[in-house]
Amino acid sequence: MSDSAAVDTATSLKTDADKGRKSTSWWKKFRRHRLALTGMIVLALLAIASVFGPFFLEFSPTQTDLLSIKAPPDGTHLLGTDAAGRDVLARLLSAGRVSLAVGVVAVAIYVAIGVVLGGVAGYVGGWVDGVIMRLADMVLSFPAIIVIITLVSILGPSIFNVMLVIGLLGWPPITRLVRGEFLSLRERDFVVASKSTGAPGLRIIFRHILPNALTPVIVNATFGMAQAILLEAALSFLGLGVQPPTASWGNMLNAAQSITILEEMPWLWVPPGLMIVASVLSINFVGDGLRDALDPRTRR
Amino acid sequence: MARYLLRRLVISIPVLIGITLATYLIANLAPGDPVTALLNPEQMSNLGPDWVEEQKESLGLNDPLPVRYLIWLKETATGNLGFSSADRLPVSEKIGERLWPTIKLMTTVLIVSVVVGIPLGVLSALRQYSWIDYLLTFAGFVTVSIPSFFLALVLIYIFSLKLDWLPTSGMYTLGQERTFLDSFRHMVLPAAVLGLAQAAPLIRYTRASLLETIQQDYVTVARAKGVAESVVIVRHALRNALIPIITIIALDVPRLLGGTIVIEQVFSWPGMGTLAIAAVQGRDYNVLMGINLIAATMILISNLLADALYAMVDPRIKYG
Repeated sequence: MSDSAAVDTATSLKTDADKGRKSTSWWKKFRRHRLALTGMIVLALLAIASVFGPFFLEFSPTQTDLLSIKAPPDGTHLLGTDAAGRDVLARLLSAGRVSLAVGVVAVAIYVAIGVVLGGVAGYVGGWVDGVIMRLADMVLSFPAIIVIITLVSILGPSIFNVMLVIGLLGWPPITRLVRGEFLSLRERDFVVASKSTGAPGLRIIFRHILPNALTPVIVNATFGMAQAILLEAALSFLGLGVQPPTASWGNMLNAAQSITILEEMPWLWVPPGLMIVASVLSINFVGDGLRDALDPRTRR
Repeated sequence: MARYLLRRLVISIPVLIGITLATYLIANLAPGDPVTALLNPEQMSNLGPDWVEEQKESLGLNDPLPVRYLIWLKETATGNLGFSSADRLPVSEKIGERLWPTIKLMTTVLIVSVVVGIPLGVLSALRQYSWIDYLLTFAGFVTVSIPSFFLALVLIYIFSLKLDWLPTSGMYTLGQERTFLDSFRHMVLPAAVLGLAQAAPLIRYTRASLLETIQQDYVTVARAKGVAESVVIVRHALRNALIPIITIIALDVPRLLGGTIVIEQVFSWPGMGTLAIAAVQGRDYNVLMGINLIAATMILISNLLADALYAMVDPRIKYG
């Protein structure tokens, strides 16, 4: 028993050392990817502005000013006001909190599901693997947005339900990825070695296999966050996502379905649209940088 | 070949059954039941809870879930998808008249994306690491990062409202004779928005696939024989590079279908997407279930078609 502990410590020391070396080299590589670095800075600025910005503004995002409705940008309301006389800038920033949070939480949900299911399928194999993978095929063969609008219409539209539904339907790609990594890793020498020393299954999964399978998951989750933000925006745009008076970039664009607003009040719909593009593009660039830096196999 | 396709078809049956089961379970999550949904509260208090219970019993609503599922499956298999709770019309009829506009839009988008995506991908690969390659890669990132509905709004703003070149919505101009030119003008904007979104990944995959093929030995051999470079690229490399692209196009159909739903709403396109949104707003679950089923079937068929095409063009694939 003490022998196996020694071997385990030895292997974990080795992986820790590897990690230390890797972490400096991936940061060097990531820094060289100029678009990724720019994306990261833009994203950080957007997040800081969304989280702290509202504290420094004169208006709250839900406060209505009936004397200035649909007012164009001026000195008081820097980005004008909407149809209910709410300050567009204040809404834009608080919407940033909502949209970014939906992205993070939805992806966290499906990464958790995907890692567990993929890990089990890859490690256990056999019929368990078959059932999980057929389930993944099935979820993938549904067009996500139709299922999502159906579920949202039953559960009722809200921030929470949007996160939940995107989270519950997003797991198959992560599951496939983790399963693939597990299948190849479980035959590798260091896993066989720790198995032969009698290490329990869960310990092997969490200490030896999972850390080595995480790289592609991180890359995939980064791109997934961009997808989730786009999906939330589309749902809220259709009126099926985040509900007013809470602002999200998508539901601010909902107003532009009216031709008058589209034609005459661009300050109501251009800023939220640009915010979505800026955040999603930044995340995609960061994802691309991470892929180049972390995964030598997909080097362009 | 026939055996291979038959096997693919058989494998897709459990998936199809799973889809119907999931569809039915989701529908059962919906609150309320068909009997109380049809009555206003006043009628209901006159008739009493006993009457409601009797009706439910006679309609089979009190049967256990598996029994109800099997009955529903039998009806679905014969083409009976139930009735819309909004206007009492058969769901199959309602979806039927919306199917064609959606398929017309999707087919146009597929053609646009192939015509735009593959040549640009080839260009990108042949001029690897040139400014045009970087430009296309950057443009691809921007394209997948713009919400399709926002791009649609921008294009409507520019081309319909400011320049007044194209109509803002619909499939035809109302009250006018349906000419090809008129329907073409209505198609331009929605097809452009969706076509760009579909073309972006196609450019990347075509580029990657061609770059990989060019390194193959048979391409080197062809060059060594002294075959003209253009012939090497088109006849030897490109034809083989395009094989995996078939799968990429088919696997992207779900994304296209999702995009179509949102874009139909922006352009008031009379397809399944606008029907789905109306059904959500009216809590018309029978219509929603029908659309789910049709959409999943469309995706299954596109996957099967891809398998068939793949097996036909690539003699290296062993089917049997």
